[in-house]
Amino acid sequence: MTAQLLTFYLFSGVILISSLMVISTKNPVHSVLFLILSFLNAAGLFVILHAEFLAMILIIVYVGAVAVLFLFVVMMLDFKTSINKDNILQYIPIGILIGVVFIAELIIVLINTKFDLSNIQVLPNPLSDFTGKSNTEAIGSVLYTDYILYFQLSGVILLVAMIGSIVLTLREREGVKRQVVSEQLQRQGKIDLVDVKSGKGVDV
Amino acid sequence: MIELNQFLILSALLFAIGVIGIFLNRKNVIIILMSIEIILLSVNLNLIAFSYFLNDLTGQIFSLFVLTVAAAEAAIGLAILVIYNRNAGSIEIEKINALKG
Repeated sequence: MTAQLLTFYLFSGVILISSLMVISTKNPVHSVLFLILSFLNAAGLFVILHAEFLAMILIIVYVGAVAVLFLFVVMMLDFKTSINKDNILQYIPIGILIGVVFIAELIIVLINTKFDLSNIQVLPNPLSDFTGKSNTEAIGSVLYTDYILYFQLSGVILLVAMIGSIVLTLREREGVKRQVVSEQLQRQGKIDLVDVKSGKGVDV
Repeated sequence: MIELNQFLILSALLFAIGVIGIFLNRKNVIIILMSIEIILLSVNLNLIAFSYFLNDLTGQIFSLFVLTVAAAEAAIGLAILVIYNRNAGSIEIEKINALKG
């Protein structure tokens, strides 16, 4: 067993166990922390697959932004979780059934199929032009040329998401006095502009 | 040497864990959002594994876009969750039945 295979099994085992913990722990904070562990190990798998840029992006975006967002929401909202054992037990059979059927179908297909990748027609291979370049360089030279439209569109999606979440959570509270700059500046006759001489002061 | 099928099986298992998480969880919506994140992670793993074994960069680019959409979706979902919790006082899934569906 080579070191590569051993690393793969280590990472994938930790991913599977921690994702199982995500969906099974009672405390949502623990769920978020196990989600972070799962993402970190997925980043390790990406490094095994020579996708170093995406591994770092996964850590920055998911662990640094999304998981922290989850933690914020989990810790700021006050969940009054009433845990009814009956209700949980009620849904276990259908969940297990669907899961087992799903896993069995996929794994039967995957074990019995030997992918012959040499016959698959792919798009013109961008990677072949980039021998000797780093992964980040190769992604950059494809992303900003061939996929520039999709890149801009994903930027628009992020903008819409940002505006949407701000508009959703913005709340006008009653009885809160806040500064209205335009009204302040429009006050007529109540503002005097005084030319203050140096060292003299002003009579109020 | 690692084969493609090992990555595909791992990805299928992760996807199934995410789906089971959506079905089993009856307590709060946040775990469901995390299950969706797990599902998207498994899809990303699939894309990158194929990208490596086909020696084609397109899978990695697509995975980048999936990551973007997942981040936007998490932000919107959590915002909806916050305002729902503010209005209804609870995010238990069994109590979210305003549509009587």
